[in-house]
Amino acid sequence: MSASKNTQISRRGFLKRVGTGTAAAFGLAMLPQQALSGYASGDSESHGPTWSLLIDLTRCTGCDSCALACKASNELPDADVVPSALDADTYTFVEEHQVTKADGTTVTRYVKRQCMHCLDASCVSACPAAAMHNSGEGPVIYRADRCLGCRYCQVACPFEIPRFDWDNGLTPKISKCWMCFEGLQEGQLPACVEACPTGALRFGRRDDLLAQAHAQIASNPARYIDHVYGENEVGGTSVLYLSDVPFEQLGFVANLPDTAPAQETEKIMSKLPTVIAGMTALMAGSAFITHRKPAEPEDIVPEALVVKEEE
Amino acid sequence: MELLASPALWLVLALSVAIPVLFIVGARRLALRMVDRPTAMTASLPKFLPAPRLRAPSLRWLLTRGLLLTLIGTGLGIIMLRFVYGLSAVTNLSDQFAWGLWISFDVMCGVALAAGAFVIAATVHIFRLERFEPLVRPAILTGLLGYLLVVAGLIVDLGRPYNVWRPLFHWQHHSVLWEVGVCVATYTTVLLIEFLPVVLEKVNHFEAVTTRLPTVKLTQLLKKVSIAFVIMGVVLSTLHQSSLGSLWVLMPTKVSPLWYSLYLPVFFWMSAIAVGLAMTIVESTLSSKAFNRGLETHLLVDLAKAAAVVLAIYLAVRAIDLVVRGAWPLMFEPTLQAASFWAEIGLGVMLPIVLFSIRPLRQRHGVLFLGAVLIVVFGVVLNRFNVSLIGLLPYTGQIYTPSWMELVVTMTLVSLGVIAFGLAAKYLPVFHEEEHEASR
Ligand code: SF4
Ligand code: SF4
Repeated sequence: MSASKNTQISRRGFLKRVGTGTAAAFGLAMLPQQALSGYASGDSESHGPTWSLLIDLTRCTGCDSCALACKASNELPDADVVPSALDADTYTFVEEHQVTKADGTTVTRYVKRQCMHCLDASCVSACPAAAMHNSGEGPVIYRADRCLGCRYCQVACPFEIPRFDWDNGLTPKISKCWMCFEGLQEGQLPACVEACPTGALRFGRRDDLLAQAHAQIASNPARYIDHVYGENEVGGTSVLYLSDVPFEQLGFVANLPDTAPAQETEKIMSKLPTVIAGMTALMAGSAFITHRKPAEPEDIVPEALVVKEEE
Repeated sequence: MELLASPALWLVLALSVAIPVLFIVGARRLALRMVDRPTAMTASLPKFLPAPRLRAPSLRWLLTRGLLLTLIGTGLGIIMLRFVYGLSAVTNLSDQFAWGLWISFDVMCGVALAAGAFVIAATVHIFRLERFEPLVRPAILTGLLGYLLVVAGLIVDLGRPYNVWRPLFHWQHHSVLWEVGVCVATYTTVLLIEFLPVVLEKVNHFEAVTTRLPTVKLTQLLKKVSIAFVIMGVVLSTLHQSSLGSLWVLMPTKVSPLWYSLYLPVFFWMSAIAVGLAMTIVESTLSSKAFNRGLETHLLVDLAKAAAVVLAIYLAVRAIDLVVRGAWPLMFEPTLQAASFWAEIGLGVMLPIVLFSIRPLRQRHGVLFLGAVLIVVFGVVLNRFNVSLIGLLPYTGQIYTPSWMELVVTMTLVSLGVIAFGLAAKYLPVFHEEEHEASR
């Protein structure tokens, strides 16, 4: 559950792997201390700084401030219209659900939807061009300049998040939340967190937020169900949800495996060198054996040569 | 709907009607003039072109060509629209269903159907079953055209096709699609090199007599290193034929358990071998009809036998996999998926096994052809559709059926492939002597 689970071989990841000492220290020094200072706690040293978002659904009033703030800060079109679904121009929106609770009362719950920023993300594993990129610090970011528009990231995402600009003929992009990554590096909070008036959104290190979430559940078991969505789903995500009603009733994808699907393909991909070596050896061996028997006299001389000699 | 109001659409439609009409009128006039003054017209034509027919083309000749041109004109027009107005203007794709007909058929099936090239090349050049030699060139040509069409299909489907080269430079060894892309690119090059001798043979035939072109040397060089390319071809094919299956391993929650398996790559590879053999039978039979040449029936019968063996193993492995994963009860539920599953396995795997393992049956032309077509259409094409489209519907809901424009583009690409095959077969020494002699 730490940054080291990042499977990306970016230059940065490579550095981290090679020079654990100095490179890691250097990497840590580059982090915006300001953003973390409010949340940093002693024990998260060993886990590395994985930025996360904790969304407490019991506190969300559906005011849509987060969605509008997102539009404004990312300079997306229709910034004053409350979005009602993810699309090419919307990174996040708030979904309304009527839920019948166990005691028979019907309540309204609001769910902010956006990219879950999976720790071992399917979209990152899928992308043939490294346009979907695990920043190694929590956010999964998109780099349009590399993108082919193949849309495998869309097909692969277990949460159905990435959106494509279907109306754009030549320069369509994939859209999804990027956790305001640029701002984070300068020490700012994500726009939605900044805008939330009720404290339903909290930002910090994943370990801390998980600890807080579990503490909240433990101290108030009547209020919360005992499940932090995103803790284990598809190997863990950097967006975590707390709720008082079962997640299935709020339109969350249920029955996700606890391991990242990317690990299965990774296993397959790691067998490729063996397959290449094996097949090459097998084929070359067979060819060698079969070619030892005298070949049938073949018409090796191209026709043209024959003609020329006749001249 | 706004598309209907767009002038571009009407322009495209007008063009796709105008071009064939002009063609028909023009062809007729030209032919009539040639009837009048045959020698003056033909003397200026290069020698290697067959003597033009000196009679007015029949109505049927004109109609088939006219229709084909209409189709291709419309298809190219739609491709134009797609790059102006975006994928939504011509396809039924959506964020919920981002891969449609073009990926399922043009790419997934295209690659599978081109598998004959590596199967036959390995049979002849690696396992040295040299009696199959006459089948190598047509198989390589089919493979090459198949891959060129896959690439063409991808260019149309990719949102930003001009970035298609990037995977070759930013290595993403964890991405299955990256591997598929790199393999397809490399393998298309290998196929080009494997096909080059055929072209060179033709070139040598004319040119080397008068000038010493390096083509003869090149031919000899290619001959020497050809085995290396054959081996490369087999390895690359193994990699990406199976990786097309691995693509779906990433979606455990989306693909129906009838098809989702960690062994998808293995299944894809095995069925590619079967379809490689079957496609060779189909394409030999069809081209023997089209070019009036003898059919290498004895060879095809042996291929059928091999295909039956491969299919039998494939069937066994898939059955075991279904039982082990506990997904078999789904086969008996009244769903579209179950029906499609049975069509795939029953018609495309079991029936051909039966047809091909009974000797008197498989020795009959009709049965041979039927069995091969079943493998191609139901066994493999339907399988690719099941994995990539029909098997996803329970998860996504019934939200995608291809639009007519997607269908036209696919048909256009296939037609272009068939035309290219016909032209190559006519002007290049693709088929073995018997026919080549006859045409001289
Ligand atoms: S939710 Fe989807 S888009 Fe976001 S990181 Fe996970 S796989 Fe990628
Ligand atoms: S659409 Fe772009 S970001 Fe998504 S997988 Fe393809 S190349 Fe990567």
